Amino acid sequence: MTLPPDISVPDPESLTERPGAMWRITIRRFLQRKVGVIGLALVTFMILVALFAPLIAPYDYQENFIGQPGAERWLPPCVNALGCEGTQHLMGLDGNVRDFFSRVIYAARVSLPLGFTTVLIAIVIGTFIGAIAGFFGGWTDNILMRIMDVVLGFPSLILAIAIVFVLGPGIRNTLLAIAIVTIPQYARVMRASVLAIKEVDYVSASRALGSSSWRILATRVVPNAMTPLVVLGTLGVATVILEAAALGFLGLGAQPPTPEWGAMLAAERARIFTAPHLMIFPGLAIMVTVLGFNLMGDGLRDALDPTLNK
Amino acid sequence: MIGYVLRRLLVAIPVLAGVLVVVFLLLRLVPGEPCTAILGERSTPEACERFNEANGLNEPLVVQLGIYAGNAVTGNFGESIRFSRPVSQIIIERLPVTLELTIAALSVAILIGIPLGIAAARRHNSPVDVAAMAFANIGVSMPIFWLGLLLAYLFAVVLLGTPFALPPSGTLSPGSRPLPFFEVWGFDLTEGFGSTIAEFVSNMTITNALISAQWAVFTDAVRHMILPAVTLATIPIAIIARMTRSSLLDVLGREYIRTARAKGAGDRRVIRRHALRNAMLPVVTIVGLQLGGLLGGAVLTETVFGLAGVGTALFEAITARDFPIIQGFTFIIATTYVAVNLIVDISYGYLDPRVRLE
Repeated sequence: MTLPPDISVPDPESLTERPGAMWRITIRRFLQRKVGVIGLALVTFMILVALFAPLIAPYDYQENFIGQPGAERWLPPCVNALGCEGTQHLMGLDGNVRDFFSRVIYAARVSLPLGFTTVLIAIVIGTFIGAIAGFFGGWTDNILMRIMDVVLGFPSLILAIAIVFVLGPGIRNTLLAIAIVTIPQYARVMRASVLAIKEVDYVSASRALGSSSWRILATRVVPNAMTPLVVLGTLGVATVILEAAALGFLGLGAQPPTPEWGAMLAAERARIFTAPHLMIFPGLAIMVTVLGFNLMGDGLRDALDPTLNK
Repeated sequence: MIGYVLRRLLVAIPVLAGVLVVVFLLLRLVPGEPCTAILGERSTPEACERFNEANGLNEPLVVQLGIYAGNAVTGNFGESIRFSRPVSQIIIERLPVTLELTIAALSVAILIGIPLGIAAARRHNSPVDVAAMAFANIGVSMPIFWLGLLLAYLFAVVLLGTPFALPPSGTLSPGSRPLPFFEVWGFDLTEGFGSTIAEFVSNMTITNALISAQWAVFTDAVRHMILPAVTLATIPIAIIARMTRSSLLDVLGREYIRTARAKGAGDRRVIRRHALRNAMLPVVTIVGLQLGGLLGGAVLTETVFGLAGVGTALFEAITARDFPIIQGFTFIIATTYVAVNLIVDISYGYLDPRVRLE
C-alpha cells in the first residue's frame, strides 16, 4: 500500500518530543490573540520599569528639593520639551518636595514583587490544602473546606484589613494578609482538579503498582491540575496589586518613606483640588499594571482552554 | 424547594460560627494583653484588674468565647471605647448608609452593565463591541478609590458652575435637616423592636425622604449619591457587561435561535423573547457574586466621599484602636455578606430547578 504523496511518515524525532509540544501549541495560541499579547507587553513594560528604576528615575525617591530655586511643594509638572524653563520634573513635586516621577517609577519595585510573592505563597499553601482535601476526602476534606468557607465568609478586603490590624501595618503584613484571604480560591480549584483526576486510569494504575499516596499526589495529580492555577495565578497578581494599593490607601500598607502607589494617593488626596497631577499618575500606574495582568490572564485562559479550539 | 433552602441554611450556620470565632480572636491575637490594647495609656495594673473582672477576661478562653457568642447573637457587641455608646446603636446609624450605597451601586451596575453587554453581543466584533470590552477591561483594572477621586475632581471642580456639578462629599448638603419618616407620618415610636427597625430605615436618607415625600431632601440626597454609586458600580458594570455579552453570544449560536430567525422573527424579537431569557441565568449568578466585592469596595468609597457608613466607622475604629467597634462591625459586615450569598443561592435555586437537585 502506498501513501498519498502529501502525507509523510512522521519524523520519529518529533514523536519523542511530545511533552514539549503542548507548551509550543499553547504559546502559539497565546501569541495569536491580541488581548493576551497586549497584556504581556504591559506586564513586560512594568517589569522592566521596576528592574531599571534607578536608570529611568532622574532622582532618588527620597531626595528632596527644599530650598532649591523654583522648587516648591506640589509644583505642577515641568517638561522641558513642552517649553518649561525650570528644572525638569515630569510629574511635578510632591508634598515633601520630592520628584514625583522618580517616586512613581520606584514604586513599581514595591508593587510588582509584592504581587508575585503574595500569589506564590497563596498558591503554594492553597494548592497544598486543596490537594490534601481532594485526595484524602472524608473528614480531612470536610474540616479543611469548612475553614476555607469561613475565610470566604468575609469580604476579602475587610478580612485583609482585620488581619493587617492585628499584625500591624507594613508591606510584609500586607503580603501575609492578602495571601491568607486569597488561599481559598486556589484551594478550591486544586481540590476540584484533584477530584476530577483522582479516578483517571493512570492514577489507578500508579496505585496498583504500589506507589504511595504522597507519591501519586506529587507526581501524577498535582502537575495535571496546574493549568487552571496558571490562569488563576496571573489574574490573582492583578487582584493582589489592587488590594495592596487599597490597603496602602487606607494607611495600612506600605509606610512612608517607601514609595507605594496607593499610599502616595492617600498622602496627597487632600490636594486633589489644587494639585490634581499628584492624583493622576500613581493611579494610572496601578491601572496599567493591573490591566496588563488581567489581559494576560484572559489570553492564557483562551490559549489553555481546549474547548476554544474552534 | 424547602429542602434546598434548609440545606443552604445549614451550610451557612457553621460559616457564621467560624466568623464569630475569628472576630472573637481578633482581640486576643493582638500582641499584648487585651486590657493594654483597649485601655492604652490608662492601663494601670489596678485598672486592668477591674477591667478584666468587669469583662470576664479572667475566665478561661472557651468560657469567654461562650459569653461573647451569647452576647453577639442577641446583638450585644459591648460599648465603644471612644464614644461610650453601645456598638449596636452605632451599627443602626452606620449600616443603613452602607446598605443604601451598595443597593444604589448594584442598581447602576445592572442598569448599565446588562444593556452594554447586549449591545456588544448584538454587534459582535464591531467597533461597539470592541469599545465596550475595552471599557470593561479598564473598568476592572482601576483602583476604585482613584476613580472616586478623579470623579470628585471632575464634577466638583472642573464642572463647578455648570448644571452638571455634583457635591463631592457627604450624604446631604450642610444645614439640611430631614425628618424621620415616622414623625412625618405622625407615629410616636419610642421603644421596642419596632422603633429600632424604624430608626434603621429612617437612617437610609434616600429611602426615608422618598417614603415621607420630602422632595427637596430627596433630590439633594440623590445628587450626593450619584458619584459614590457610580464609583462603586464601575467594577460590577464591567463584570456584568462581560458576562452578559459572552452568555448572550453563546445562546445566539444555538439552534433554536436559528429556528426563530428562520420563522421570520426580527432581531429585536429574537433577542428579547428567545435569547435573553436563557442568557440571563449566569448573569444572575455573577450579580450575586459582586455583592462581596461591593461591601469591601464600600469601605474605600465611603472614605473617598466622606460618607458615615460601616466602612468609615471600621476605618476610624482601627485608627483609634476601638476594639468593640472593630469586632462588632467586622461581624456585621461578614454576616450581611453571608446572608446576601444565602439569598442569592436560594433565588438561584428558584430560577434554575436543576440546582436544587445537586
